[in-house]
Order: sequence, then structure tokens, then C-alpha cells
Amino acid sequence: MASRYGHFINGEAVEGSGRETLTTVDPATGLPLAEFAQGTAKDVDRAVRAARAAFPDWSGLPGAERAKYLFRIARIIQERSRELAVLESIDNGKPIRETRDVDLPLVAAHFFYYAGWADKLEYAGFGRSTTAGTSGAGPRPLGVAAQVIPWNFPLLMLAWKIAPALATGNTVVLKPAETTPLTALRFAEICRQAGLPRGVVNIVTGDGRTGAALTAHPGVDKVAFTGSTEVGRSIARSLAGSRVRLSLELGGKAANIVYDDAPIDQAVEGIVDGIFFNQGQVCCAGSRLLVQESVHDEVMEALKRRMATLRVGDPLDKNTDVGAINSAAQLARIRELADAGEAEGAQRWSPDCELPATGYWFAPTVFTGVSATHRIAREEIFGPVLSVLTFRTPEEAVAKANNTPYGLSAGVWTEKGSRILWTAARLRAGVVWSNTFNKFDPTSPFGGYKESGYGREGGRHGLEAYLDV
Amino acid sequence: MPSTPPAAPPPPATATAAGPGPARLAGVAASDAALRRFLHGLPGVDAVGLHARAAALGTRSIKASAKAYAIDLAISMIDLTTLEGADTPGKVRSLCAKARRPDPGDPSVPSTAAVCVYPDLAATARAALTGSGVRVAAVATAFPSGRAGLAVKLADTAEAVAAGADEVDMVIDRGAFLSGRYLEVFETIQAVRAACVRPDGSAAHLKVIFETGELGGYDNVRRAGWLAMAAGADFIKTSTGKVAVNATPPVTLVLLEAVRDFRAATGVQIGVKPAGGIRTSKDALKYLVLVNETLGDDWLSPDWFRFGASSLLNDLLMQRQKLTTGRYSGPDYVTVD
Repeated sequence: MASRYGHFINGEAVEGSGRETLTTVDPATGLPLAEFAQGTAKDVDRAVRAARAAFPDWSGLPGAERAKYLFRIARIIQERSRELAVLESIDNGKPIRETRDVDLPLVAAHFFYYAGWADKLEYAGFGRSTTAGTSGAGPRPLGVAAQVIPWNFPLLMLAWKIAPALATGNTVVLKPAETTPLTALRFAEICRQAGLPRGVVNIVTGDGRTGAALTAHPGVDKVAFTGSTEVGRSIARSLAGSRVRLSLELGGKAANIVYDDAPIDQAVEGIVDGIFFNQGQVCCAGSRLLVQESVHDEVMEALKRRMATLRVGDPLDKNTDVGAINSAAQLARIRELADAGEAEGAQRWSPDCELPATGYWFAPTVFTGVSATHRIAREEIFGPVLSVLTFRTPEEAVAKANNTPYGLSAGVWTEKGSRILWTAARLRAGVVWSNTFNKFDPTSPFGGYKESGYGREGGRHGLEAYLDV
Repeated sequence: MPSTPPAAPPPPATATAAGPGPARLAGVAASDAALRRFLHGLPGVDAVGLHARAAALGTRSIKASAKAYAIDLAISMIDLTTLEGADTPGKVRSLCAKARRPDPGDPSVPSTAAVCVYPDLAATARAALTGSGVRVAAVATAFPSGRAGLAVKLADTAEAVAAGADEVDMVIDRGAFLSGRYLEVFETIQAVRAACVRPDGSAAHLKVIFETGELGGYDNVRRAGWLAMAAGADFIKTSTGKVAVNATPPVTLVLLEAVRDFRAATGVQIGVKPAGGIRTSKDALKYLVLVNETLGDDWLSPDWFRFGASSLLNDLLMQRQKLTTGRYSGPDYVTVD
């Protein structure tokens, strides 16, 4: 790790044009890790121009040639996965067990998956087929894609954005989050190692100001944003009426529905995975547990027993289950909402666990006796805080699950197949997991309903966001 | 660190030697239908989630002092087993000597929990183990198929007990279980339990083997577990070691969850024994992680958790030597049996 980073523009590490720098800290200790540049409008302009200049050659390559670069990147990611996992863990605060076993394998899988599509775009179902064959106009890349990603899965979100963009022939300017830029900058190195042509991938660091400059830049053809609903809304507003394509992947407040015939032990694992995976800092986290009243006590007892075995602490310890909260600001928000839950009358419970003295920590927490009007049942907390509500009938479960401005994900737990299908068909959510939770796969599209955004990432559907079809 | 031989397991809290079932779960076995309703009313097991959980626990990192502790604990939990048609008294005596003192060069190595043999060799093992604290376990009830009449099974059991077995490992009739004759299985377990009673009124410890590889799914494994516990088993055991699929971490996890839930329901603690296919220290440590994270300290003792294994001990000994000396030894530095 260097002590100071600039941007990655046109295949080179370059200094930022402004004087301002930001510092990324280790959430587990609160100590600074490295300084990096606050991207200015000038930096953004330079990056967009580099991407524009690289576009004709890159999009003109046969798909099979682009695929070679993507395969190469995927293999380098696999080779360097330990290094990347450690770096991600240090910068983000998430446990090494998750970066090693979940994030990095998925990152490589996304590049492999979209590498496979690069020479098959004509067959992805987007060509203008007629009954007499195709009309001759296949799907075409859009141009320069501006991509802004969040801090909860820094490298995975980068992969979700960059892999399909490159496979389809677009060039990219990506801005990582200001609290987690390190793995994106390491990825820049990988692009060089893979011999990716200059300007195809550019990375500009900085905070929201840099992001705003990038998404509003007149030279971009496509904006892809993953982050808060609030920021997504302002981007949508700024792009409204323009020719720029936009896809948004925003907040969520997923319902995890546990019916009385659920496999209880696995449901408890799913609940734990749903809300404590990545300290609950997951847009599709199962933060609202809807339990059928008849098994409420049994499930809560099992859940608390299980929560008591969660290890909270040093993210680099291979046995840690729950790591640090990403930033002081995020910790403050989680605290505020948890306090609101208590103030509004819900019962708060956390297992006895000693939290480290320095850094940003929040114990796994569950609220029982939550009613639908409580803030903790409505607002996205983005932390390890679970709100438990009950229901009596399947109709009530669906009504409560859908009663949110969000619609990103949901979970259904029951041994009865017909009830899974009945429930899933009625849930207004982009992803419905049944008898599992937080499972990701590059072949499976991901995206939201309502205020959780629009557009899909992953799978064949994920190609469409980067193609003129 | 349990360097002393394991103490005799305490008698089950509510059971008498003759009729434990009704006291544990009243009315469960009133009829075949009642038993079926009860067993089929247990929560299901989702195989995908179960496998994921078992695999996740398998990635726990156990190092240094924790590893040294776990290796000794695992040694003290072994039922050192020889169940071959070719078994001879000499072979059994040799195994018993190894059970008493697994590493001749290092007296700090704990004894194993038991030596597990066929009933006809129980007396030989008894004689070889007297005074050692190592217990004699005998498989009975037409092991390994369990396909014999009740009278044969009971005679088999009685012979083992009379020969001095401290523990009886019985197999259930998988055919009866799979065809839904739960009450028959239940009553057989009860009858075998009664046959475990010695003239002085004490009873041999009863381990019930399910042969989980033949039960056709995890729902059935959980049902078999509850069935045996309700019928009076002191231990529930995965398999005989005689079929293709023996103990696996997921199947053991189901049994661990079952004993946990059974104690919550009845207050009675039951032991668990995975058997067959556990050969390396790494495997054994993974099982101990499963126990620790599912049941906690209460079960981390040879009284409540056993490994049915024969080749595991040597690997544990080699790992132990590595930890002590800092160097890997080799198979010639541990005894073959």
C-alpha cells in the first residue's frame, strides 16, 4: 500500500489537479491508511476524454478479443485474490472470511461470466430479429460509461459495473467511494498487468463532489450508480430529459418472511446471514424479519442463541464473523436509528460481546415488538440491526412485506413449495430468495422496484444497460 | 485438557433402565400414528442451508494452543474401533494396549475413550482394559445390517453385556424405519435398552446407530434422532462405517441440533458419535468446531461426544508430535495398531 495515491487516467497513475486530498482510514482502528486525491472537474474531464478517445478502438475490437482481456483480468484477480481480500478487509472493515470466501470469488466470477458474453452479444436476445432472420442491426455499445460505486462491496461493485461495460464495448470512468478507494486503485494496476489498452478503464477518486462532476459530465453516454436513494434521486433529476442512459441501484429494507413450517435451524442461519453479513451494510439486507406468530418465540430463542455465538472483532482474524462499521458517519447513523427504536418502544437485545476500544463498532442487535410505524421498520439502517415483526396469515405477510417505499429483495422460508411460489409472485422485490438469503451469482440479474432503483445488473439482463438495443 | 481417562458418563437424568420413553416425552409413542405425527411435525431440514453452515464452520482457523487442546480432546473422544471379520483376540489386545497408551513415547497423551469390538471379543477387550479407565464398547443387534429378529438382537446384546461391555452400539432396522414402522423401531430400542441392564441393576450405555447414509435425507436423520432419544438412547451415532457414505459434517450437524433441541424440551442430555470416514486431525477439528458452535462447552467431553474411528488416532498423534517437536514425523513414528 502506498501512502499517497492519485487517479488512474489513460493507463497511468496521475496526480490530481487540485491540492485537496482525502484520507482513507482503517475502520477497525480508526487509523489513517493512505491519502488519495479529491478529483476535480478537471480530473473528471481528463478521464472522460481519455475514455472517449479509447472508445472507437475498444468497441471496434471483435468481441472475442475483448473477451481475452476480460478473461485475463479475471485470472489475475484469482491469482491475486489473497492480496485483494486483505486490502479490501483493511480498507472496508469487513471480515477477511467474507472478502476471501464471498467477495473475491464473486469478483472473478463476474469477469469470467461477462468475458463469456463479449463475443455472443448478437445472441443475447437484443438483436432486432425478424421472422425472416435478423435485420442486420445488432446491439451496439453506448460509449463512455460513468460509474459511481458504494463502499459496502468496493471491489464487487466495481466488477458488477466494469465487467459488463467492457464486454459490451464501452469504455469506463469509475469513481470508488471516498472511504474505500484502495482496491479500485489496485484494480487499476491489474488493468495494466493485463495489458488493457489505455483509457478503456479510468478511475477517479474523490467524494460526492467528484461523483456529481462525473455523472453530470456532458461527455458521458451512460451513468450507472449504486448507493443511497437520496443521491440516486438527485442524479436522476440532473439527467432527466437528456439522452444519457441511467441505471440506479439504491436502498432497500428487505422483508425476510419466516412461515411456521420453515426449516428453523436453516432459517436462523438465513436471518443471521441476511442482517449480519457485512455488518448489515448491504442494500438487500434482510433487515425486517417477519415471523409467523405461532413460531415467534421459538425462532427468537434460536436466533438469540445463534447471535450469542457471533464473533465480533478484528476483521483480519480469520474466525471473525462480524467486523467493523465502515465509517464514523455510518456508525453515528446506526446509533441514531437504534436509539430511535428504543425510544419508540421496541425491545432491544444484543448478545454480551466486548467491542474493541478503538475503531467503529456496533454489536449485532435485534429489536422485538417492532410495529410497522416505527422508524426502524421503515428506514434503511444499513447496519447490524434487525427489526422483528409478526404476522398471522400469508396475506398479512405479503401486505407487510410490500409496505415499504423500497423493493430490492425479500426472503421466504417455508418447506412448502406452493407457498414459496404464492408468496414470491406477490412480493414487489427485484430478488426473492427462498430458504436462503444473500446469495449472489453473476448469471442472476439484480435490481430493484420502487425507490430501490431501476435497471438490472448481472446476467443477460445486465448487458442491456450497456447496449443500444 | 483431559489427560485423565474419561469419567463414566452419568446416568440419564430421568431414565430408569427399563422404561425411559414415556418419562422423556409423554405420549409420543402411544401408537404408531402418534409417533409418526410427532416425528413428521419436527421442523424440516433444508439441505442447501445445512451444507452451507457445515462448510462455513469448516473454515474456522484453529491454531497453536487451541489446536493442542483440541487434539488431546479428540484423542480422549475416540472409540478406537476394529470391526472386521478377521478380528482376533491378539489384534484386539494390541488395540487395547494402544487405547491405554496411544503414544508409547509420550505418557502425556490421554487414553482414548473406548475400544469398540464385536460382542464375541468384548471379554478379551474387558480383560485387556481392566483398570485402565478405557471403556469397552461392543456393537450388537445384528450389526451392521440390523436385519434379524428381536430375539437374536436381544441375545446379541445380552452376550455383549455379560462379556463386560460398558457400552452397547446398536443399529436400527433401516427397513422398518423407511417403511414407516416407527413404533417397531422405538420398541426395539426400548427392548435393547432393557437388555443392557446387568444383574446388579446397572446398565450398559446405549448408543443407537442410524446408518444415516441409508436413511434417504436429512429430515429422516432428524426424525431418527428424536425417535432414538425418546426411546431411551444415551448416545446417537451416525453410522456403522460399513457403507459408502458414513459420517459427514452436515449429518452430524443435524444430530447435534437434535440433541440440543431435545435437551431444551426434556432436560435430558444425549451424546453424539459420528463414525466412519473421519481420518485426519483436520477433519476431527472440524467436528469439534461443529460441536462447540452448536452446543457449546457442555458437549465438549468424551462423555457427550465420541469419534468412531480407527485410523484417526495415528494422524492425531502425528499432529501432536509435530506441535511438540516442531517437526513432522511420519507413519513409522506411531504404532500401526
